[in-house]
Amino acid sequence: LSRIGDELYLEPTESGLSLRAVNSSRSAFASFLFAPLFFQLYEPGNPPQSFRCKVLMKSFLGVFRSLPSLERTVGKCLILLKPRATRLVLQLHCKHGVTKTHNLAFQDCERLQAVFDTRSCASTLCAPARVLAEAVVHFPQTLAEVTLGAGPGDKISLRNYVEDEAEPRKTMVTELWLAEDEFQTVAVAPGSRVTFCLKEFRGLLSFAEASNLPLTIHYDVPGRPVIFTLDDTVLEVHLVLATLSDPESNSQLPTANGVSHLPAPSNDFADDLESYMVAIETEGGSGVPPSPTFPLRTPRPAESDPEEGEEEEEGAVPGTPPHKKFRSLFFGSVLTPEGLSPAPTQEVLAEDSDGD
Amino acid sequence: MPLSAQPPVSGESYALFASLDNARHLSSLLRAVHFQDHATCFATANGLRVTVEDAKCIQANAFIQAEIFQEFSVQEQSVTFRINLSVLLDCLTIFGTSSLPGTLTALRMCYRGYGYPLMLFLEEGGVVTVCKINTQEPEELLDFDFCSTKVVNKIILQSEGLREAFAELDMTSEVLQITMSPDKPYFRLSTFGNAGSAHLDYPRDSDLMEAFHCNQTQTNRYKISLLKPSTKALAISCKVSIRTDAQGFLSLQYMIRNEDGQICFVEYYCCPDEDITEAEL
Repeated sequence: LSRIGDELYLEPTESGLSLRAVNSSRSAFASFLFAPLFFQLYEPGNPPQSFRCKVLMKSFLGVFRSLPSLERTVGKCLILLKPRATRLVLQLHCKHGVTKTHNLAFQDCERLQAVFDTRSCASTLCAPARVLAEAVVHFPQTLAEVTLGAGPGDKISLRNYVEDEAEPRKTMVTELWLAEDEFQTVAVAPGSRVTFCLKEFRGLLSFAEASNLPLTIHYDVPGRPVIFTLDDTVLEVHLVLATLSDPESNSQLPTANGVSHLPAPSNDFADDLESYMVAIETEGGSGVPPSPTFPLRTPRPAESDPEEGEEEEEGAVPGTPPHKKFRSLFFGSVLTPEGLSPAPTQEVLAEDSDGD
Repeated sequence: MPLSAQPPVSGESYALFASLDNARHLSSLLRAVHFQDHATCFATANGLRVTVEDAKCIQANAFIQAEIFQEFSVQEQSVTFRINLSVLLDCLTIFGTSSLPGTLTALRMCYRGYGYPLMLFLEEGGVVTVCKINTQEPEELLDFDFCSTKVVNKIILQSEGLREAFAELDMTSEVLQITMSPDKPYFRLSTFGNAGSAHLDYPRDSDLMEAFHCNQTQTNRYKISLLKPSTKALAISCKVSIRTDAQGFLSLQYMIRNEDGQICFVEYYCCPDEDITEAEL
């Protein structure tokens, strides 16, 4: 949660203790709901008045500063809030009879709740956290956004998101394909894709990996939030991230060509090459560079591409950056970024339901 | 004046002459009191005492008794000088600070007397280093006058119980408040920082508690920045004794066992913080 926001919202409810955070641009929201069973003792208050408070993330984390020593020395942790109290009490009962009591200052706050509904999402994926963690490792730490998509041949792709204005020569594009059998569930709308911020996702991913829980991804069309969930008998986790929206309402991909973007590498090389070439020529793109994975053999318009070189043989052309025109083919009709920040435009992601 | 590479032998007239097979016995103790650049060395036939002070509020002493040294001789009743402790430590650890088994740095220390520099001869693996450190006029030291008859409360704890607590003290708090009482909470360390207050309670029947002699409930506050350096002594010690007197002066005595199993002591004395306001509980 600290990867998301600077404040931790606590809300004890009948169904458990809810810990939530939201980021400053309100484009990421996460909640962890710990069922009463998770605790040795859970008393939400009598009568169950709805109490909410928020504390500084730094202060709360300070109590649990050193994880290894915590595991070794702490037996029990008590979280207590008395009515009319001015402090949230966290008491750690440690080895040797030692007691550590922290009295944290808190602020009353409104209910923090993002508006989302997993049932309204068109696509769902479920995979062990490890699979996704291993995939995400290929992207640089500084990468801001990543695009998750459903490709042909029932493959799922992960690709780093590059802004339109970026210099094509300086851009490195990494694309990763995962086969359907790596996932526990795949129920995706073909050709669908969403782009979201990687940083917050990584935070959830490391928690999921550590707790060995499968991660479920619910997404819809670009612009609508993507929802990540972890489910356990005593814990329910939701991470809601805004996605980049597509101003062109036809996010329909031209199916005639079969593809409007780089086809997935598949076993059937020739077919893919064929459709790839068809796509290029139909869109009128000239001067197409050799793609790193698809050596080009078929004759093309006379305009020579400077990057093509004498590569006639099969095999990858390493490190050739995509030509600008080709790139606009790739990105043009599919994803037009609105701007750098993935803030949703019309939608308010996190609404204060007790609007004061 | 050319420095002779031959270490001197005892018998020549040195005000202070000492030799030690393992310089770490000395350097580790000095590091535990190193929170200021300068220290006062006081040597008698009983051994060496190195004192560091700050702000006229805190004093740390490292005691290395004569038995720790292989040779130790002091010509007069006592020898005193002031020296740059940072430089002294750098010289003692000139061959590096890693404690690999088998690599011992041997030390010979000579001081001719008032006005002369302190000479150090360090040898490791056949390589000899000679260091000459200038000495200064000793300064007047505080006398906390802490004798056992004036002690009001006394606790002896095993250091392992306090180590993490001290390392994790909330440094946004200006003070460390120490409560010692014959009743609950018995022994409590409190900080009041930006996040809120934190209390660390040690019950009198804890198995960390080696001795518990509290006669009166006392709550005293000390500037946390002054006490924080004592964490270094705590880290290498096996036991610590915590005592307060009627005015709230604090004495922390750390029992340190060196690599050869010998016992040395480091103590810290601290004045209570003057601006005492109502403790926030």
